[in-house]
Amino acid sequence: MTFKLILENLRHRPLRTLLSVLLIAIPVTLILTLVGLSQGMLEDSARRSRGVGADILVRPPNSSVMNFSAATMPQNLVKWFQQQPHVTVAVGTAIALVSGITSVSGVDLEEFSKLSGGFRFIERGPFKGPDEILIDDYYARQKKVHVGDYIVVLNHKWRVAGIFESGKLSHIVVPLSVLQNLQGNTRKVSQVYLKLDDPANTDAVIASLKKVLPEYQIYSMQDILTQFSVENLPGLREFINVMVGIAIVIAFAVVCLSMYMAVLQRTREIGILKSLGASRGYMLELIVAEAFVMGLCGTVAGILLSFLARWLILTLVPASLQQAIAYDWWPKAGLIALFASLLGALYPGFRAARQDPIEALAYE
Amino acid sequence: MSEAPIIEIRGLRKVYRVGQVDVEALRGVDLDVGRGEFLAIVGPSGSGKSTLFHIVGGLTPATSGVVRLSGQDVGALSDAGRTRLRKTTVSFVFQKFNLLPNLTAGDNIALARFLSGKNHVQDPDEAARFQEVLKLLGIAHRLDHRPSELSGGEQQRVAIARAIVNHPAILLADEPTGNLDSVNSRAVLEILGGLNERLGQTILMITHNPDAAAFAHRIVHMRDGQIVPEPPAP
Repeated sequence: MTFKLILENLRHRPLRTLLSVLLIAIPVTLILTLVGLSQGMLEDSARRSRGVGADILVRPPNSSVMNFSAATMPQNLVKWFQQQPHVTVAVGTAIALVSGITSVSGVDLEEFSKLSGGFRFIERGPFKGPDEILIDDYYARQKKVHVGDYIVVLNHKWRVAGIFESGKLSHIVVPLSVLQNLQGNTRKVSQVYLKLDDPANTDAVIASLKKVLPEYQIYSMQDILTQFSVENLPGLREFINVMVGIAIVIAFAVVCLSMYMAVLQRTREIGILKSLGASRGYMLELIVAEAFVMGLCGTVAGILLSFLARWLILTLVPASLQQAIAYDWWPKAGLIALFASLLGALYPGFRAARQDPIEALAYE
Repeated sequence: MSEAPIIEIRGLRKVYRVGQVDVEALRGVDLDVGRGEFLAIVGPSGSGKSTLFHIVGGLTPATSGVVRLSGQDVGALSDAGRTRLRKTTVSFVFQKFNLLPNLTAGDNIALARFLSGKNHVQDPDEAARFQEVLKLLGIAHRLDHRPSELSGGEQQRVAIARAIVNHPAILLADEPTGNLDSVNSRAVLEILGGLNERLGQTILMITHNPDAAAFAHRIVHMRDGQIVPEPPAP
């Protein structure tokens, strides 16, 4: 009977219900979108790092695994790495940030092929000239670009020479020497990938390299993959926490306001229920349960809206942001919305519980 | 009257604070109502009859004096105790019907049963008896309708069904015909009289309408917060 009463109350004022649910849904969507974007970007980065096929990554001093670093390492180092015990292939690449978080990699295709078996081309093949560029199928699809088209990257006009299957390095690849010249970093690389004769030697090689190059950041690819997490992106965890806090405040305020209005509008009904023997506890339960239902609907709506947000991001910001569906955050976001909803219902609930029945019955 | 009165009121006073002014709504009311009696309290607006109604129904506490319902001192009850009283002992029929607008007539009645905690009790005899009552009230075919789809008379009959569904010891009716035309007024009063006669339902009805009061066994007059002798006929 209580559920029926709640349902009828929600149905009786559809606009209030709809707006409340929508306003609860928005912070849920915000959380899911933010977390989904974080996870999507991290998964994409991890996948592309895994696809390189190296065992060790070396980055310049004062860099970090999660950041792009300018080409500051002398390219001669690549040869030196090549000569170290157990190292079978050493490949240096340069990275440049294009826009937002999209990067372009400068690669010597011949060397890179030794490391990973090279790119798997879907359309045409490698670049043959300095003004040619390779893009992956993801970028091509999002930007609606085909082989032979011209695109502008880093203020430079490039002809698309080929489209490769995504999953290695960046979405955009240009000749290493050309990128170095464009950046004014001739004979410099951003990072060096090392492939070993046996992955079991990874720790030993890292230890040996760190003795000679103590200031350089040297990671095993296995470590890098494990570091692609929310915790290791500087400030991301804090940002998510702030968003969760904002979500709680919004949902709390929405539910508090909505239920307070509901209590005011239903003053006479509260009097009727009390005249029928509804206790203070039952009145509180009724209001809190209604808020709970709205919180639940808001959560479901928020989850659905996160799919809409994903579609909008893919449509409006192509080839840049990747949003995963953060299934593991659905219950978390739901609990956040429900917690805030219940919190927001307490004051209106207590007000309804304390309502004087005679005054309530006299309310017009 | 050999049996103890079901309603026993002694020296009942009620003072309301309106702003900085104390308003004495009841000034020492003494009244007994016998079990199975149909009593009408008649008086003009401001005579204190609604205040008496609210105190007897446990909707508000008295300032002083004693109200006993079936021997139970209402003044000694906590808020929770008065809530229990409204679930089990007294029920109300209001002038404005006071049905929940979002629920159907049937659900309004079921809600009263639910709040009393009796909704899970399945007694076929009682269910059959209540169906009889619904037929007597003439609303058995209107239970799926919402209050806005019912006439005033039908709404009041639903309110009466809701009031008696839990078999309260006392039915309190506050101007039950105040919002009805003469035909529906008569129908509702006949229903109240029928409930009193057939089920032995104790009814305390307040009204300012002498014609409505005439349906009761006994009429008590109130003026200025006190019970007064019957005024002379004009």
